[in-house]
Amino acid sequence: MINKVVKDAAEACKGIEDGMTLMLGGFGLCGIPENSIQELLRLGVKNLTCISNNAGVDDFGIGLLLQQKQVKKMISSYVGENAEFERQLLTGELEVDLIPQGTLAERIRAGGAGIPAFYTPAGYGTEVGEGKEAKEFNGKMYLLEEWLKADFAIVKAWKGDTAGNLIYKGTARNFNPMMATAGKITIAEVEELVPAGELDPNMIHTPGIFVQRIFQGKAYEKRIEQRTVRTV
Amino acid sequence: MLDKHGIAKRIAKEVKNGMYVNLGIGIPTLVANYIPEGIEVVLQSENGLLGMGPFPTEAEVDADMINAGKQTITTLPGSSIFSSADSFGMIRGEHVDLTILGAMEVSENGDIANWKIPGKMVKGMGGAMDLVASAKNIIVAMQHTSKDGQSKLLKSCTLPLTGLKCVKKIVTDLAVLEVTDKGFKLLERAPGVSVEDIQKATEGTLIIEGEIPEIQL
Repeated sequence: MINKVVKDAAEACKGIEDGMTLMLGGFGLCGIPENSIQELLRLGVKNLTCISNNAGVDDFGIGLLLQQKQVKKMISSYVGENAEFERQLLTGELEVDLIPQGTLAERIRAGGAGIPAFYTPAGYGTEVGEGKEAKEFNGKMYLLEEWLKADFAIVKAWKGDTAGNLIYKGTARNFNPMMATAGKITIAEVEELVPAGELDPNMIHTPGIFVQRIFQGKAYEKRIEQRTVRTV
Repeated sequence: MLDKHGIAKRIAKEVKNGMYVNLGIGIPTLVANYIPEGIEVVLQSENGLLGMGPFPTEAEVDADMINAGKQTITTLPGSSIFSSADSFGMIRGEHVDLTILGAMEVSENGDIANWKIPGKMVKGMGGAMDLVASAKNIIVAMQHTSKDGQSKLLKSCTLPLTGLKCVKKIVTDLAVLEVTDKGFKLLERAPGVSVEDIQKATEGTLIIEGEIPEIQL
């Protein structure tokens, strides 16, 4: 088996440069690549285009990259939890492309699967459809949407092996599996890295072919945005 | 008038045994609390979970288990977890039976606006456009008028649209209405609310046929 293991986030993020397009996995703060985001902060790379469902919160996740003004453009479906984001957007420092969540997921999936464009009904008749080709199928209107790809896709998984196979846990899966397929280079950080052969092949979510670099992350904070508990 | 719990309770009566249901943020989330005994439904959370369970106890809290509102949640026996692409495949492929969501405005032909107010901070549409474009049945939970008394049930929406001709039924603090080819058909009125009150609060075409019964909760 090809060994995909790198030592740490610093080695994994080698080659990430100013102006690149990155995909970052996660939904809210759930399943985000915490170690790699820290490394991007340390590297100080700028003018990034970040494709991620959300933009983190002010002091965590992609919000940290926004604080350091490393992001030129966000491609997301929902960005509502971030005051610094709002400030940069209103002053024109930051560009934002808002995309319906399912369309975003499918555009990334298409990017990884070699499908340059597809038709979807989401957004037809709204401002999302402006300037896009529309076509009728069985009496319903659909919009043509194009694939998304990235220079680097950075994903977070629960377990991974030295061959790059990944297993996600809970709803931390979200955008990670599609993003893993759509990067020229895909970096996977995992909570537990095991030798090839230890993970059951039947249980793999992302096959190792999609992953170029894998490392075991450390000190995961896994911050919770809305801690909601029941008392009984 | 109904409060938000009343709206949720009334909508819960629309939920049928065996349905797969997606609940939006806000009042729709409350619907889960009022699903009648003996009715079994599977709740879909579009971040990748079918079979959403109750909020966790303090000991059960798991940062890797959240719903689309980013609240911590639990699974149930029979739950399944999947990617966002699979999740919206379920939605787009019309496998989800019922979508319940909030709205800022609905028009008499079923258009919905619920994601953007021009000039204010735009937070994004999240999954709302995908949901309304593909749901087989959409029920909207909303206030009938704005805080300053303006109708939110209009001839045509003034805010940027989320989707076209998709809303089937609306439950407000004042009434239950069905969207028909000819406009909003009044089905039920909230306790203490007259047909005239509803007429006054509805800018779009309101169809009133026969006696309008009071909402039973």
